[in-house]
Amino acid sequence: MNKLWLIIQREYLTRVTKKSFIIATLITPLAMGIFFVVVGFIMSYEGGEELNIGVVDEAGVLRGKSFGDDNTTFFTTLKIPLEEAKAAAVRGDYDGILAIPPIAKMEIKKYTTYYYSDGSLGLDKRMVIQKRLRNHYRDFKIEELELDKEKMESVDVEIAFQPEPLKEDGEKESSMGAYVKAGIGGALSFVMYMAVFIYGMMVMRSVSEEKVSRIVEVMISSVKPFQLMLGKIIGVGAVGLTQVTVWAILLPLISLMVSFFIPVPDTGVDPAQMAAAGVDQEDIIYQFTLAMNELGELNWLMIAPMFLIFFLGGYFLYASMFAAVGSAVGEDTGESQSLTIPITIPIIIAFYIMFVAIRAPHSTLAIWASIFPLFSPIVMPARLAFDPPFWQVALSVILLIGTVIFFVWLSGRIYRVGILMYGKKASFKELAKWVFYSSK
Amino acid sequence: MEVLRIENIAKSYSGKEAVRGVSFTINEGTIFGLLGPNGAGKTSIIRIITTITGADTGSVHFCGEPLNEHSPELIGYLPEERGLYKKMKVGEHLLYLARLKGLSRQKAKEALNYWMDRFEIADWWGKRVDELSKGMQQKIQFISTVIHEPKLLILDEPFSGLDPINTNLIKSEIRRLRDEGTTIIFSTHRMEQVEEICEEIALISNGKKVLSGHVDEIKNRFKENHFEVELSKAENLDISGFGEIIEKDLNRVKLHLDEGKTSSELLLHLLNKGHQVTAFREILPTLNEVFIKQVNAKN
Repeated sequence: MNKLWLIIQREYLTRVTKKSFIIATLITPLAMGIFFVVVGFIMSYEGGEELNIGVVDEAGVLRGKSFGDDNTTFFTTLKIPLEEAKAAAVRGDYDGILAIPPIAKMEIKKYTTYYYSDGSLGLDKRMVIQKRLRNHYRDFKIEELELDKEKMESVDVEIAFQPEPLKEDGEKESSMGAYVKAGIGGALSFVMYMAVFIYGMMVMRSVSEEKVSRIVEVMISSVKPFQLMLGKIIGVGAVGLTQVTVWAILLPLISLMVSFFIPVPDTGVDPAQMAAAGVDQEDIIYQFTLAMNELGELNWLMIAPMFLIFFLGGYFLYASMFAAVGSAVGEDTGESQSLTIPITIPIIIAFYIMFVAIRAPHSTLAIWASIFPLFSPIVMPARLAFDPPFWQVALSVILLIGTVIFFVWLSGRIYRVGILMYGKKASFKELAKWVFYSSK
Repeated sequence: MEVLRIENIAKSYSGKEAVRGVSFTINEGTIFGLLGPNGAGKTSIIRIITTITGADTGSVHFCGEPLNEHSPELIGYLPEERGLYKKMKVGEHLLYLARLKGLSRQKAKEALNYWMDRFEIADWWGKRVDELSKGMQQKIQFISTVIHEPKLLILDEPFSGLDPINTNLIKSEIRRLRDEGTTIIFSTHRMEQVEEICEEIALISNGKKVLSGHVDEIKNRFKENHFEVELSKAENLDISGFGEIIEKDLNRVKLHLDEGKTSSELLLHLLNKGHQVTAFREILPTLNEVFIKQVNAKN
């Protein structure tokens, strides 16, 4: 036991004290933060150029109101004929002329406006102008047709979908619930998927390094091969937990900081218009609070420990398989590839099933995949937020633990032979033989 | 006192028999040569003694009891293929290996200081293993093998890759450890080293022990009654009735003595004939000769 502890310590400490590890652990969330800031700036970039646009309103749609400026686009309503306006634009007084031709018929839906310019108009700006034109036309027609504006607006209905429990004392779910749960489920599954790959591969590389550098023979003259393998798996697993924990703390912090840097993108719609269109800014905030509430409402006391169990179970299951493969291969990395593919297939299948699980968490596929031990470490975390029935979680955990014990045992048997086997091409047939070598 | 008693051990890997019924015993404070051509089964036997693998049949007693989980703490093993964790610092690495042998942190540190001073490498403590030359790494590896004061030391080709100075250093350490009571198994196929260092040997070929015993005794057992005589004038030497001449040059003769005749009789005969004998000695076979003869005979 003492020796196992020494091995775990070494495996853990040599990794977490490495400069590259510290840098990767701290820099990754920071880099992601910087990435989002940069993306945010790029997405909110408005072309930078300022545009002066002259508006010739032959239809009288604006009714003397201003067209509405924004940060980089300025509109001037011109009370001159279109030809003169164009001439002014040619002289350089305006970057372009927006012409609203007279409206011949009120009872149609489609109208054409014209934009005269030598430069082309960016997609962003075009959409903003189009949107505003639509609103101006709409207001104009409501007045011209003598319609009741309030009645008109009531026609554009919005539907909220509010799930309610059947029984009075049932748990109430907000309309955001399903999205929040799917988000959390997807995130947890994704973490599992990455962790199994990254740290499983780390174990595999480290095992085959020990074999190639021949230190392994010195080691197993002091400790049992199984202790060495287990110590490595646990040590690397602890490294994984450390890294994931640091990220879990840093990422929200950094994303909070990032949100100060990213300017709120201009939707091109001023608040008044938003209100007119029924989009309430307060509504967005309301939805956000709803989502946060929903997050808080989740059964974290169940989700957090269960996630830890599935994290450890999934990691041990796959890391032990990776360790067995690492022990079987030597310098030849091509060999390891052909042996790792069969291990990665269930991981990848589980990852795809996860997408079904977050959309339909109580579907037959999701239920059975979250119980089947090769898939459960990735699929069950996706369902945890959806309150799966107790028996399913319990059955899944029991099966997973049993399978982990079996695979750690199996890998140990392959490992103890593999690490001392040089110059023999490792195939699955060969590995299977090793399992049955006498253990004396 | 018997340190190691191996009785009729056998080991096979997927049908291939690597060790087939080998037995031998080693007494405390002996340097024991485990010899044999490549692939003879030496490494398999060593791995059984070091508990890396187990024997299929037969038994191994170490210090009077069957091999058990604490045995490795009393055994030091230097494998032929050396290896260290390249990225670790020398001091930490040795400390780690010593503690895996059951030493407390404090004790391991003391032992480490002693050995690093002894090998004059105290200032390597903070160096990374991959910064050291191969010869330097061998020194580290040797220290890691002896740091826990093992009762049994198993050295597999310990001099391969060492320069003459380090070879001498390790040789004298081996002798010193033996004098202090350590039992040493020395596995090699370099016969001149065996003759120089070992007291007893076992010769393994094809998984079987073909020969064992005290080095001098074995040489005597395989002597062929050959003698070398140095005399003033070898020209008109006549040994008819005593044996026959194998080789002759100006004043040296190599001869074979017939069965039933003794060396004293021959010497007396030579003196009586008036030869001036300056040297007279029996030619014992080298272990190398015995080795080749035995291995070939068994194959």
